[in-house]
Amino acid sequence: MNEITPASIGLSREDLPNSYIGRSVPRPNVPKLVQGRATYTDDVTLPRMLHAAFLRSPHAHAKFSAIDTARAKAVPGVFRVFTGHDLAKICDPWVATLDHLKGMKSAPQYPLPLNHATWQGEPIVAVVAESRAAAEDGVAALDIEFEALAAQTDMETALAAGTVVIHPELGDNLVFTRTAESGDVAAAFAAAHKVVEARFVTGRHTGVTLEPRSIIADYNPADETLTVYHSTQAPHMMQGVFAKQLRMKEGDVRVICKDVGGSFGIKVHVYPDEVAVAAMARIMGRPVKFVADRFESFVSDIHARDHRIKGRLAVDTEGRVLAFDIDDLTGIGPYSVYPRTSAIEGNQVVNLCGGPYDFKNYRCTTTVVLQNKTPTCQYRAVGHPIATAVTEGLMDLAAEALGMDPVELRRRNLIRDDAYPYTSPPGMRFEGLSHHASLNKLLEMVPLDRIRADQAEARQRGVYRGIGFASFIELTNPSPFMYGIGGARISAQDGCTVRMDPDGSIVASSGVTEQGQGTEAILAQIVAHGVGVPVNRVKIITGDTQTTPYGGGTWACRGAGIGGEAALQSAIALKQQILEVAGAMLQAAPETLDIAMGEITDKASGKPRMTLFELGRIVYFRGDTLPKDLQRELVQTRHFITKEYPFAFTNGIQASWVEVDPATGMVKLLEHWCVEDCGRVVNPMLVDEQVRGGIVQGIGGALYEHCVYDAEGNLLTTTLADYLVPMSAEMPEIHVGHVETPTRESLLGAKGAGEAGTAGAPAAIMNAINDALKPLNARVHEQPFTPERILRALGTIA
Amino acid sequence: MKWPAMGYARAKSLAELWSALDAHGSAGQIIAGGQTLLATLAFRLSEPSTLIDITGIPELRGISVQGGALRLGALTLHADLCCDPLVKAHAPLLAAAAPLIAHPAIRNRGTIGGSLAYADPAAELPACVIALDATVITVSAKGERRVPAAAFFTDLLQTALEPQEIIAAVEFPLTKRLGAIEEIARRSGDYAMAGLAATLHLEAGRVIKPRLVYFGVGKIPVLAAAAAKALEGRSLDTASISAVQAALAEDLDPPQDLHGPPEMKRHLARVLTERVLQGFLREKVQAA
Repeated sequence: MNEITPASIGLSREDLPNSYIGRSVPRPNVPKLVQGRATYTDDVTLPRMLHAAFLRSPHAHAKFSAIDTARAKAVPGVFRVFTGHDLAKICDPWVATLDHLKGMKSAPQYPLPLNHATWQGEPIVAVVAESRAAAEDGVAALDIEFEALAAQTDMETALAAGTVVIHPELGDNLVFTRTAESGDVAAAFAAAHKVVEARFVTGRHTGVTLEPRSIIADYNPADETLTVYHSTQAPHMMQGVFAKQLRMKEGDVRVICKDVGGSFGIKVHVYPDEVAVAAMARIMGRPVKFVADRFESFVSDIHARDHRIKGRLAVDTEGRVLAFDIDDLTGIGPYSVYPRTSAIEGNQVVNLCGGPYDFKNYRCTTTVVLQNKTPTCQYRAVGHPIATAVTEGLMDLAAEALGMDPVELRRRNLIRDDAYPYTSPPGMRFEGLSHHASLNKLLEMVPLDRIRADQAEARQRGVYRGIGFASFIELTNPSPFMYGIGGARISAQDGCTVRMDPDGSIVASSGVTEQGQGTEAILAQIVAHGVGVPVNRVKIITGDTQTTPYGGGTWACRGAGIGGEAALQSAIALKQQILEVAGAMLQAAPETLDIAMGEITDKASGKPRMTLFELGRIVYFRGDTLPKDLQRELVQTRHFITKEYPFAFTNGIQASWVEVDPATGMVKLLEHWCVEDCGRVVNPMLVDEQVRGGIVQGIGGALYEHCVYDAEGNLLTTTLADYLVPMSAEMPEIHVGHVETPTRESLLGAKGAGEAGTAGAPAAIMNAINDALKPLNARVHEQPFTPERILRALGTIA
Repeated sequence: MKWPAMGYARAKSLAELWSALDAHGSAGQIIAGGQTLLATLAFRLSEPSTLIDITGIPELRGISVQGGALRLGALTLHADLCCDPLVKAHAPLLAAAAPLIAHPAIRNRGTIGGSLAYADPAAELPACVIALDATVITVSAKGERRVPAAAFFTDLLQTALEPQEIIAAVEFPLTKRLGAIEEIARRSGDYAMAGLAATLHLEAGRVIKPRLVYFGVGKIPVLAAAAAKALEGRSLDTASISAVQAALAEDLDPPQDLHGPPEMKRHLARVLTERVLQGFLREKVQAA
C-alpha cells in the first residue's frame, strides 16, 4: 500500500487539482448563511412546543422563600410555573471542580436556586407559556419577596476577615489558588540590574455572540428519550451533562446542534437556565424553547477576564530576563462554572506568563475568589490576553528602564528557534515554536523606520503616536491534560467517519462543530484532498450526537488540529479502501492506482481508468460481479488524540500603531500587524480571518468592552448602547503573516489559529498607547483603556 | 424581551389623530420613526395599549421656506437633513449634525420631531435647534403653539409638550451665521460623551450673538449663558476662547455617567469649545 507522508499526499504542493490543503477554498456553507437560509436553533419549531421565560434576580445577593405563582398561572397563555424546588425533584445539582486543580472548591448549583440568589440576573423562577411574550407576561405577574443581603463585589476584599461569605458552607470565598515556582526568584531579583513592576487590570467582559444562547429540549415519554436542539460548541459533552443531571442514560439523550451564530467560548458551558429547560421538558413531556435576549445575555452569559495582576520583572545589564514574579487575583462570580470550572483562566495565567522568553526563575500565584457577579469562565483565548498583557507590559517597562529598544529586548530574550523541545519554567512543553522567524517576518511587514520618523515628526505638531509589540504563545490542540485528568467528561479525542455513496460523492461526519468560523469548510477541503475528489462532492455532517463520532466539539483551538487530523486519516483510509476495490476491478495492484478529481487514475501516467461513479455503481448494485472475499465497505472511521504533548503550543507576535489624543483621551487605531505560526495552514483565507476576528475581539477588551458593576453588584452595562463592542468604523487595517511550523504529532501538522489574535492584541495596543504617551510621562495598565483612564493618567482629571 | 400585546392605529390626518388620542387616552402612544420607542417597548419600559402611527399625516411632512423661515415638518428624516438643498442652504448646521446621528439605518427612519419630543440630552438635534434659535411648532386639538427651542426642553426627557399635543414642525430663521457641531463619542454613531453645537455672527471681527449649546453634559442641552457673555462683542482669539472656557464653570453642572466623572465632561466641554471656536477662527482667516 502507499506510504503515507505529508509529501505523498501532496501537502507540500498545490499541483493536483484536488490538492486543497493550503488553499483558500471558499466556504461551502457561506451562501446559506448570507442568504438567510441557515437553520439556527430558534428557527426550529416543534409540535406542541412551549416557550420559557425566567424571572431573574434583581439583587446581587438575596434570600427568598415564598413564591406566589397564582397570578402568573392565571395569565392567558401561561401553561406552568417552575421553581427551584420543582426542578430539584428530577434534576441534580452540579459542582464545578476539577481533581487536578488541587484544593479547588465550589458550591452545588441547581438549575434554579432553592432560596439563595447570588448574582443579579440569576434565573430564579421559570414560566412556560404558548409564546415567549405570554411567558414574559407570566414572569411579570410572579410575586416573590427577596430579602436583599450585603453583596461581595470587590475581589480584593473577598478573603478579608468579616467579609460576606457567599456560600457559608464553603467556609470562605476562596475557590482555588496555585503557585508555580521554579529557580531562585528572590536571588534573581536581588542580583538584578533593573527591576520593574506594575499593577495591571483586565476588564470583565463577555462574548456577545450574534445568535444568543438558544435551546429546545424535547422529552418523549413514549421512548424515554430527550432530544435537545442546542446552540452549543460541544454537543457530546452536553449529552453527558443532560443525562447525568436528569438521571438518564447517556444513550437516551441526543443533542442536535444546527447552525450556530458565533460562540467564542460562551457556548461551551452548562447554564442553569438551559438545564432548567431540559428539566421542564422532561417533566412535561413537551418541547420547551428558550432563546436568551440581549438583556439576559449580558447578565447570564459567562463573563471573563476580571483580573488584577501585580507583576515584577528582573533583568541584567545585557537586558536578559532573570525572573518574573506575578501575583494574579480574579473574581469569578458566585459559582465555578460547570464542567470546565472557572479556575482555568487563572491557572492559564500561571502557565503562560513569560511564555515567549528563555529564563529560569519564575513565581506566579493565582488566587480565584467568589463574588456576587455573573459567573466567569472560558472565553476566547482563556487567560492568554491577561498573561500576554502582563508579560509584554513588563517587557516594555524593562526596555525603558534599560534604555533599550523594545524590539531588541525581545530579540535577546525570545526562546531560540532551534531550542526545541523546550520546557518553560511553569512546566509547559513546547514542541516547536518560531519566535525569531515570526519577529523577523513582522519586521519585514512593519515599516518601523518610517513609523519612528513619522512619530517624531508628529510629536513636533503635538500629535502623539505610538507603536507597541507583543509576543505571545497560544495553547491549542489540548490533550486530556486539560480537563479529562480532572475527572470531567470532556473528550480530547475526536473522530470522523467518511463514506463514499453510489454516485461517488463523499459524506463525512465529524465530532467537531461549526459556529460560523468555517470548520465544515476545512473538513471538506481535507476530506476532498485525502480521498481525491472535487471539494464540491463532499458533504459534511457535524453537530449531532447520534450521527457523528464521539468527540469534544470545537473549543480551545482544536477543530483543525484534532478534528482535521481525524478527517484526514479517515479520508486516506477510505481512499485506500477504494483503491483496493478498484484494483480488483481493474486487475491492477492498488498501489499503482490513485484517485484524482473523482476518478481512479493510473498513478504513474495519470491516465484515467474509472470514475468513482462507475465504481459506486458496481459496489452498491452489482456486488455479485466482485470477488467474493473482497472487502468492499466504502466507509472508514478514524479517531485522533494528541499523545506526545499535552498541548500544541503556537506562537506569534503582534504590532499596533496608534494615535492618542491627549486632549480627549481617545485612542485611534492606525494599523495592526500579526504574524502567527499555527503550523500547517489548511485554508489561508479562513486563518487570516480568524486572526483578524480574534484581533478585533482583543481590541474590544483593550478599548471598549466592559461589564461595569456598581458597588452593590448591579450590572450597569446591559444593552449594546452601554456595552461597547468594537465596530468596523474604528477598526484599523490588519495585516496578517504566517510562519508554518507543523506539529509532528499529526500528518496534517495543523495547530489552532482561533485565539492568537485575541491573545496578543490588548498587549500590543497597551504598549502602543504607552509609547505614544511617553513624552507626556503617562502610562496606562488598566483595561479597557478608556478616555477617562487616559485622562487620569495624564493628570488632566483627578 | 418581547413586546407586550398592543393595538395599532394609523392616523391619516390630524383630525384622525385627535380622535385616536381621545379614544385611547394616556394608554395611546404616538409612534413616528420608532427608533427609540421600539427599543423601549422591547425592554417593557412602558406598556401602551395602542401605538398611534402619525407617519401618514401629510401636515407633518415637508421641507419648505415660507414666511422668512425654513420649515421642517416633524416627520423630516435625519437622512433628509444631510442632503436636502434647502437645509444645506439655510441650516447647514443640521446637515453637519446628521452624519453624527447614530447609523444610516436609524437615520433612514428617525425623525426630527421624534428626536426633539424624546429630548435625549445627549442627542444632536435638540442642541442644534437651540443653537439655531429655532421655534418648535406644536399642534393639538386646541390649535397651534409656537415654543422657542430654548424653552422647549424642560428636564431630563421632558419637554414643553402638553398631553395630547405633538410637534408639527420646526422653523429656523433665515439668518446668515457661522455654525459648527463637534462631539466626542467612544465610537462613531454613539451618543456623545460631550458635544457642542454653536452658532455666531462675526461683524468686523467681533462676535455677535454667540449661541453655544453643550449636549451630553446635563439633563437638557445647555445654552451656555456665561460663556456667551464672555464671548459677546469680543474678537475671536485665544484670549477670548480661554475666557469662554473659564466661564463654562458657571454654565455646566454635568452628571457622572459610565464614561467618567463630571470633571471629565467639564474638561471635554472646554476641549470642544476650543476646537469649535478655533474652527471659526480658521474660517475667518481663510475668508480674509
